Amino acid sequence: MLIELGITFLNTLRDVAPIVLLIAVFQIFIIKKSIPHLKNVIFGVVLVIFGLTFFLMGLEQALFPVGELMAKQLSNPEFITKTYSGSLTDWKAYYWVYIFAALLGFSTTIAEPSLYAVAVKANEVSGGTIGTLYLRFVVAIGVAIALVVGTYRIVVGDSLATYIMVGYVIVVIQTIFVKKDLVALAYDSGGVTTSTVTVPIVAALGLGLASAVPGRNPAIDGFGLIAFASVFPMITVLGYAQINDLAIYFKKLSKN
Amino acid sequence: MILKLIGNIAGKLKTSFFDLLPIIVVVLFFQTIVLQQPFPNMLETLVGLVFVVIGLMLFVEGLELGLFPIGENLSYALVKKGSLFWLLSFSFLLGFSTTIAEPALIAVAKEAGEIAVKSDLIKPEIESSYILGLRISVAISVGLAILIGIWRIIKGWPIYYLIIGGYVMVIVMTLFAPEEIIGIAYDAGGVTTSTITVPLVTALGVGLATVIEGRSPLTDGFGLIAFASLLPMIFVMGYGMLIF
Repeated sequence: MLIELGITFLNTLRDVAPIVLLIAVFQIFIIKKSIPHLKNVIFGVVLVIFGLTFFLMGLEQALFPVGELMAKQLSNPEFITKTYSGSLTDWKAYYWVYIFAALLGFSTTIAEPSLYAVAVKANEVSGGTIGTLYLRFVVAIGVAIALVVGTYRIVVGDSLATYIMVGYVIVVIQTIFVKKDLVALAYDSGGVTTSTVTVPIVAALGLGLASAVPGRNPAIDGFGLIAFASVFPMITVLGYAQINDLAIYFKKLSKN
Repeated sequence: MILKLIGNIAGKLKTSFFDLLPIIVVVLFFQTIVLQQPFPNMLETLVGLVFVVIGLMLFVEGLELGLFPIGENLSYALVKKGSLFWLLSFSFLLGFSTTIAEPALIAVAKEAGEIAVKSDLIKPEIESSYILGLRISVAISVGLAILIGIWRIIKGWPIYYLIIGGYVMVIVMTLFAPEEIIGIAYDAGGVTTSTITVPLVTALGVGLATVIEGRSPLTDGFGLIAFASLLPMIFVMGYGMLIF
């Protein structure tokens, strides 16, 4: 276990190294000033490196094996025939998979560190009107919906591109009708959801499902869940902004 | 003093624990009630969970102490220097350097190479150069994405024209790109933004929008990550069209 911890630590260092190098070169040669509170900042970076090391190591020990095992078990024909009497090609046979996908998407997104970072900044910048937990909640619901739709698509075997395009069209329509101050944040929410916690389990779910459903090819149908998880949070965050707009509109209306 | 510190840490550990509670509940529910299976390696799982809680707490602390100040300070210093050239070079290099070595990208690129050889799109001899080319094109696209995003903040352009334009491009290219590259291209957008890059880039953008007069940190400061997830899709599909 100590060896694994060491390897994870070295991997994290390797990820951080190019960034530290780039920033150091810019600070020394181009800005030619040191960072204020340098000691604190270095301490903070060390905390981030150690934090990520423990985080990734713990995920690999605790979460990934169980998550992958569950994804496999839930899409196992044996389990499915036990809970559903119809044919294996019927999309309704996989209802436990959809429930699992939704709950998994929601709960892993709540724990996603990069989403946390964006939520903290959004809270700071909005003067506290966008609560950190609120944003994470809305994004997590988006990921939950995404994984349900994504697993359904794998089961029925529809085209990935069509689904993604429809998602984009919804985003575009929402963008036209929403007050523009939250648009950038909503777009960012799409990119941050698919990172350390969510990707490995989701990938296992997609591949497991694609190999279980008769007639699906894991190499072609198993992918795409990650792409879904970046489109749907945009829709839910934009939706949240629209509900906010409506609430303000009705408040004004009732005052007059 | 020490008591206060311990209390402080305990409170932060509790917050991290609550962030992880949903996952724990979901896993417990499925394993014991739906699947009715015993837990494999109970002890290892528990130790792992403790690690995750501690790790998340340290990361969150370090975020506020280290990554956010670095990003903000850089944007202030580069704006004060008044050199657009250095600001944009930094943006490009930040995107490029954090992406080229990204493990998730290396994994996806490797897989893409294998699929391409299997389906006879490329000859086996050029597989490794195909993989490298894929990685470089994604890294360049992320570098350009941050550069465009920063340029947008400086100019104050509304983000939606650029992003919607990008989506239209993705849709049009999807119609013409070889089918084998589409799934990879879509997933490439998701793997480029790592846990360290996101806080840095967000702080950089928000910091910049705070310093430049007439920009709102909320409306203009965000959006860099959106570009970094969009452009790789366009580049990977373009790469596929060029190669095949």
